[in-house]
Amino acid sequence: MFAYTLRRLMFAVPTLLAISFVIFALLDLAPNDPTGDLPLTIPPEVRDQIRSSLGLDQPFLIRYLLWLQQFMINEPLNLLERLLGVELGNSSERLRVTSWATRSPVVDLIIQRLPQTLWVIGLSYVLAVLIAVPLGVLSAYRQYSWFDQLGTFLSMVGFSVPTFFTGVLLIVVFSSWLGWFPAIYDTNHRVTDWQSLVYQLRQMAMPVFVLTLYNTSQIARFVRASLLDNLSQDYIRTARAKGVKERSVLLVHALRNSLIPVVTVIALGVPAVFSGAIITEQIFRVNGLGQLLIIAIQGADIPLVQTLTFIFAILIILFNLIADLLYAMLDPRIRYD
Amino acid sequence: MTDGTPGAANSAAPILSRGSGSSFLGDVWRNFCRHRGGVIGLAVLLTIVALVVLGPYFYTVEVGQPNYRARNQGPSWDFPLGTDNLGRDLLAQLLTGGRTTLAVGISAMLLSLVIGTLVGVFSGYWRRLDGPLMRLTDLFLALPILPLLLVAVMLFRDTLRTAFGPETGVFILLVTVIGVTSWMHTARIVRGDVLALKRRDFITAAQAGGTRETTIVLQHLLPNVVSSIMVSATLGIATAIITESALSFLGLGFPSDYPTWGRLLFDGVNFIQITPTRVLWPGLAISLVVLSVNYVGDAIRDALDPRALGR
Repeated sequence: MFAYTLRRLMFAVPTLLAISFVIFALLDLAPNDPTGDLPLTIPPEVRDQIRSSLGLDQPFLIRYLLWLQQFMINEPLNLLERLLGVELGNSSERLRVTSWATRSPVVDLIIQRLPQTLWVIGLSYVLAVLIAVPLGVLSAYRQYSWFDQLGTFLSMVGFSVPTFFTGVLLIVVFSSWLGWFPAIYDTNHRVTDWQSLVYQLRQMAMPVFVLTLYNTSQIARFVRASLLDNLSQDYIRTARAKGVKERSVLLVHALRNSLIPVVTVIALGVPAVFSGAIITEQIFRVNGLGQLLIIAIQGADIPLVQTLTFIFAILIILFNLIADLLYAMLDPRIRYD
Repeated sequence: MTDGTPGAANSAAPILSRGSGSSFLGDVWRNFCRHRGGVIGLAVLLTIVALVVLGPYFYTVEVGQPNYRARNQGPSWDFPLGTDNLGRDLLAQLLTGGRTTLAVGISAMLLSLVIGTLVGVFSGYWRRLDGPLMRLTDLFLALPILPLLLVAVMLFRDTLRTAFGPETGVFILLVTVIGVTSWMHTARIVRGDVLALKRRDFITAAQAGGTRETTIVLQHLLPNVVSSIMVSATLGIATAIITESALSFLGLGFPSDYPTWGRLLFDGVNFIQITPTRVLWPGLAISLVVLSVNYVGDAIRDALDPRALGR
């Protein structure tokens, strides 16, 4: 198992390098000029100076390697310093990946945006898992009952209706007509007392609901299918035949086995929590990572786009690995060695 | 297909045991009809497609014709679904926009099917290509798709616009980027199928008979993987439509005088307080199409399940 983990980690490194190269090359291939938006009165030599101050006069390979060094070595060192509170080497001279638009380090921008994403999007994912598992279990256990029919229909609807429609619909109904919830997420809001907590919950309600609905339907469909597979197995009949209580047949024998693939699906869905919620963040104006990416894309802020996209790629690879390892840990039949 | 005999029935025989006297397609159709959601989904889907394809011939209101005296109107006899902030008729825009949305969805799905099938067949059939191609698939699966789509659209939109004109350029761009980023699941499914089929006697027989490799792939392998491709094709349309609408919704799709459902929804959001129906209809259209496509996909998968066909 340890050897397998090591091998996978070793393999992840070239994959990540390849991905970072693809992203960098794609962004570089594109015909755009960061000084294009500047006034035309700027003389060409000043324009060239601006370009060289952004590091654009260097050849492609040098820029790529520099970015790699800044992102892979310098920024982790900075984070380590911040965590430990000690200085490692001369940190003030260390080059950082800086955003073209704000001229501040990209990693700082990301750290600013992370809490909102984690709160809203993370909470919705946790809620989705908590709701989906019992829903899927009941649905599968009472297959073809009205509960199952309704549940499968609703999860199909929740899975098919795109989040940009449910979000807008919720705004129309709950914020425009009924006025129950604010349509825009206020990030400056601080929770200090009971009233502000209630406001915080109210402004989180709609984005969390939209994402919970979508994720719940996906996971519940999976739980149901997986449990149905297991309920028709011989070992369930054996358990029932030897007089095991129905409760423990369902919750101990069947559920434990059918949750193995579900756990991996949940792990695989985590990266999408970060990157897939771009649209929801955009609708409700939650200024999280997704919205940061949109702003960066609209402003052609290449270093920020590059770094964010790469972080999403790291998350995908990391959680793929975690899913595989969890699978091996939970299912004793699977041996990677 | 092999000479003269009913193609699908004959070539699918190796994987599917079937009752004598009934054709393969007939069996599949009967199983499909047993799936209530699938039948309703198919009916809804066909209705929408018919409305979108034939509708503009019957409802001959010029799309995008501004009428400043009739701005932001609700439903009336003149404007069955109301008008937008420039007085353009929503129904006409919805019908024309549907054509674009469905065209993008279907073309992107076809592109991703072609790439996926090619990669799957190559890596399944030729062992030497398997490693590199599957690593490539893994690499694509590890790419953050939506961010990359946004980036690609932002970067190449203007170039393609100047090269092919505003509408065709964006169409080509959207179809390409959606197709190129969604072939991976098809490739994996096809590869799995090809790997399993390759060991079967009829392939060995064909090889022993001196059939050329390309003929084996085209005539013996491909017809047998069609069934699993069908399922990913239907589900692919749904993904492509959602992706296109999402891109349009983020303002990165077609220009606003060229309606698609996602674009209409995006434009409608700003007028949500005045004319909520502007958001409702395009959203409903997208949701209905995706929902029915998903049901049809489910039904096809169930209908093609060998366990169901054996009954």
